Amino acid sequence: MNEVIIATIITISSVGIIAAVILYWASQKFKVFEDPRIDEVEEVLPSANCGGCGYPGCRPFAEACVKADELDNLYCPVGGNETMANVAKVLGKTAAEKDKMVAVIRCNGAPQFRKKTTTFDGALNCTIQSNLYSGESDCPYGCLGLGECVDACAFDAMYMDPETELPVVIEDKCTACGACVAACPKDIIELRPVGKNSRRIFVSCINQDKGGTAKKACAVACTGCTLCFKECKYDAITIENFLAYIDPVKCVLCRKCVVVCPTDTIWEVNLPVRKAKPVIENKSNNIKNSEVDIVAMAKENSADETKANENKTE
Amino acid sequence: MSNLIVSPSPHQLGTNSVKKLMYGVLIALLPALFVSVWYFGLGAIIVTLTAVISAVLFEFLITKYLLKREMTILDGSAALTGLLLAFNLPGNIPVWLVIIGAFVAIGIGKMSFGGLGNNPFNPALVGRVFLLISWPVQMTSWPTPSALSDKFLGYTDVTTGPTALGHLADYMRTGESMTKIGEKVPDFMQMLMGNMGGSIGEVGAVALLIGLVYMLMKKIISWHIPVSILGTVTIFTGILWLVNPNKFADPVFHLLTGGLLLGAIFMATDYVTSPMSKRGMLLYGVGIGFLTIVIRIWGAFPEGVSFAILIMNAFVPLINMYMKPKRFGEKIKK
Amino acid sequence: MLKTFHKGGVHPPENKLSADKKIETLALPKLVNIPVSQHLGVPAKLIVNKNDYVKVGQLIAEQGGFVSANIHSPVSGKVIKIDNVPDTAGYKRLAVTIQVEGDEWDASIDRSFDIKKDFNSSSEEIIKKIQEAGIVGLGGATFPSHVKLMPPKDSKPEVLIINGVECEPYLTSDHRLMLEKGIEMLVGTKLLMSALKVEKAFVGIENNKPDAIKHLTELSKDFKGIEVVPLKVQYPQGGEKQLIKAVTGREVPSGGLPIAVGTVVHNVGTAYAVYEAVQKNKPLFERVVTITGKSLKNPGNYLVRFGTPVKDLIDAAGGLPEDTGKIISGGPMMGKALNTTDVPITKGTSGILILPDDESKRREVKPCIRCAKCVTVCPMGLEPFLLMTLSEKGLYERSEKEDVMDCIECGSCSYTCPSDRPLLDYIRLGKNRVGALRRARSMK
Repeated sequence: MNEVIIATIITISSVGIIAAVILYWASQKFKVFEDPRIDEVEEVLPSANCGGCGYPGCRPFAEACVKADELDNLYCPVGGNETMANVAKVLGKTAAEKDKMVAVIRCNGAPQFRKKTTTFDGALNCTIQSNLYSGESDCPYGCLGLGECVDACAFDAMYMDPETELPVVIEDKCTACGACVAACPKDIIELRPVGKNSRRIFVSCINQDKGGTAKKACAVACTGCTLCFKECKYDAITIENFLAYIDPVKCVLCRKCVVVCPTDTIWEVNLPVRKAKPVIENKSNNIKNSEVDIVAMAKENSADETKANENKTE
Repeated sequence: MSNLIVSPSPHQLGTNSVKKLMYGVLIALLPALFVSVWYFGLGAIIVTLTAVISAVLFEFLITKYLLKREMTILDGSAALTGLLLAFNLPGNIPVWLVIIGAFVAIGIGKMSFGGLGNNPFNPALVGRVFLLISWPVQMTSWPTPSALSDKFLGYTDVTTGPTALGHLADYMRTGESMTKIGEKVPDFMQMLMGNMGGSIGEVGAVALLIGLVYMLMKKIISWHIPVSILGTVTIFTGILWLVNPNKFADPVFHLLTGGLLLGAIFMATDYVTSPMSKRGMLLYGVGIGFLTIVIRIWGAFPEGVSFAILIMNAFVPLINMYMKPKRFGEKIKK
Repeated sequence: MLKTFHKGGVHPPENKLSADKKIETLALPKLVNIPVSQHLGVPAKLIVNKNDYVKVGQLIAEQGGFVSANIHSPVSGKVIKIDNVPDTAGYKRLAVTIQVEGDEWDASIDRSFDIKKDFNSSSEEIIKKIQEAGIVGLGGATFPSHVKLMPPKDSKPEVLIINGVECEPYLTSDHRLMLEKGIEMLVGTKLLMSALKVEKAFVGIENNKPDAIKHLTELSKDFKGIEVVPLKVQYPQGGEKQLIKAVTGREVPSGGLPIAVGTVVHNVGTAYAVYEAVQKNKPLFERVVTITGKSLKNPGNYLVRFGTPVKDLIDAAGGLPEDTGKIISGGPMMGKALNTTDVPITKGTSGILILPDDESKRREVKPCIRCAKCVTVCPMGLEPFLLMTLSEKGLYERSEKEDVMDCIECGSCSYTCPSDRPLLDYIRLGKNRVGALRRARSMK
């Protein structure tokens, strides 16, 4: 019996020793030299592997950072300035500072404003639908509501609001990686600077049709009526193809344009409450809190202002 | 009029459905079920009913309480798994074993991989092999076909005996010649009609072939898998038999005994676990045929169809990767 | 045994409701909307201005490149608007709106009814005429015809195949054309033969149109080199590659054109348009359109001027039925669902199909059971189930390796799938993305 035990011990140990020798030899022989700084840089990155920097993941980005002479063209949108400063510290270089950005949805055509004229019955995928036709409503620019942007978001920073059938960005979680911007076949999502105290004003529409057509398709479309353009004293608003755009750099958040917009298409985010108009903290809250007001207002608007607009365009 | 519907082409849909295909296979299994009830009586009925009901029940419980998904039991696939499992069991097996088998088949073989369409192995065979390895005695005491009068008397206390292949394996071990064995095993006619020992569904070659013809006519399966399995078995055993007829059984014996027909027609052709391309199907069939005979003649078990199918199931992803259907037109070289 | 192709294919119910309805001429509309892009390739360039008066057959837009086609006015009247209007996909495209005034034809068009069989035009002259007349493939693909007639120098066309298969269910416009304009069509075929300098032409017709086969076989005795080939009914036999395989047994290589195996395929409608263009000097501004549907009062075949709203055609056939669920431009297998009836009939509209509500909806999508039926029916030998999964997961490089670009979008896979999976939707997405990848690669 003893012999068996001893023999077993000897065999197994010798197998172990031989294997260890081979492994050691192999690890020495096939050793690949890697810049240790790559690991260090990777350590300070958020390891989200989201691809927002333009590289396939955090490690390739770290390699690029180590290789690059200057960090000017390299930026991790997820980590922001803080992370880039850390990267710069590790590498002894300087990083460029950039404004923190956030994704905004430039469509506010909830079903009560934007009537559906057809029913889509294909695979539930925005790109498939947009390749087939312009969408269920008469607005060929608007959100299709199938949530490809939500699927693309790696940070759970978006969700589809079942009432408005539009995506909602959760500001605190959004890293501005740009995945949703790339995913949206209609180019509705824009990355805008977060703004001072996270306050910002933007036009939540990209409809480039003439006023009458746009208004007919959607009660909250930008008709290009130029009221906001005339109101703005800071040249922040430009109108092109019947569509207003607010330059985030020039905008001073005076909110005059929000008041004059006849279709409620200009959104103010995180600005203090004002009496006359419901304040918009974020899109979903807005609809939920003041649904009645907005619907009533929309109805009023569409009744008398469609006429006004048609007159205007003619 | 409501809104116009807009969808990508095609705008017309065929009449195929999962339900239709699954119930089609169930119908094709009915002749074989009839044969086994005829020869094994009450036992066959009890085992079959237990297997089908418990398979459906397990699928129901798992989808409802564990996965919390939409109900899928009506598509017939669970019932089919249950029936196929029963067909692989002896007619006198205790009911609790059948229930365990159904649980392993549905719970482990199918639902743990994500339900219909995702399981790599044929669930009924997973259940069967689990039972065979865990309870070899109960799983290999095959009831012998009894006279009509005995049939509905007993269930577990019927006379049992080895299958024809069991005979063969025993004799091979003792080194007796083929001619002697030939006297002990059922004759050709008995094999065709199913009057021999074996699992519920594997006896009754004619009934199984009727099922095959039905499925081919209804285009439920294509001919590639059954034909390549049976062809391989015929050629392989034919060569062995010609080399040494004293040592090896003839091809007809191999074709008609054991679960070969059941396996080739109903088990190997399982949609989920068989290859997608026609070329892949042929290769898969050849593999099963070859492995079956290797196990039967040189293996420890008298029967090898289940193992052969499970082994080839494991190769299916690989076959799908390399055996592509022939594309239309030659490639232009750039 | 009848000829056919031997890889894949399905048999959808034929439903040729309007097969015995004679071609009627649709009344002129009040307004026509003419998109400048009615063909595959570069949009045409407008040469008319607002408030211009145009005659029937007058050139209103010139071809914008080699792969492009002229567009002629289908009516006489005043151009009242040149603007972007929604096309069949709902996106805005440039179009000319003409208010119809009378029916004044351009003087050069021969409007007599006599059949002119003889011609002595040279190959170049015929091709030039076809190009001027703005003829495109009328089977539905709308590829400019003159491009097909000018093969690259290093290839030599051997046979011409005329596509009279009409494998799409419901559609009958080609069938009626073969019955009613048989001689004209065969003269057109002769013209195409001399344009290509080939000696042999086959007219492929499926066996479900025995009257057309008999009629054309009879007529073709007078035309040397033209042979009518009856084909076994199988979808998608009207696909160019499948038709070539069925008629000649040759397989067009992957990514190649029919000319690679010495063949050129034209539709019967195109052959008829060629006859009219060359012999009658009449440009392409009208075509035969089938209007059909199970709940429609009077399914039929109409000669329709381009630009006519689909609405007018539906009204002529008895009005839109109550239970309408879907309106399709083309056949049920490859046609395009319309989102409004205001869109105009264009060069590529072979039929308008109205499906009732209960036949319009897709069924619930169930998990793939790997039954391999999609692989079996794919006429291109692809693996639709795999291509769909790859698209869903965004693995487009792998899709490209699995030959996704070979897909002809016939829809056999989606048609046959027992789990009602949207296979073709995702394959199209894959084709789209792979196309974009390839373009990006060639830019580099």
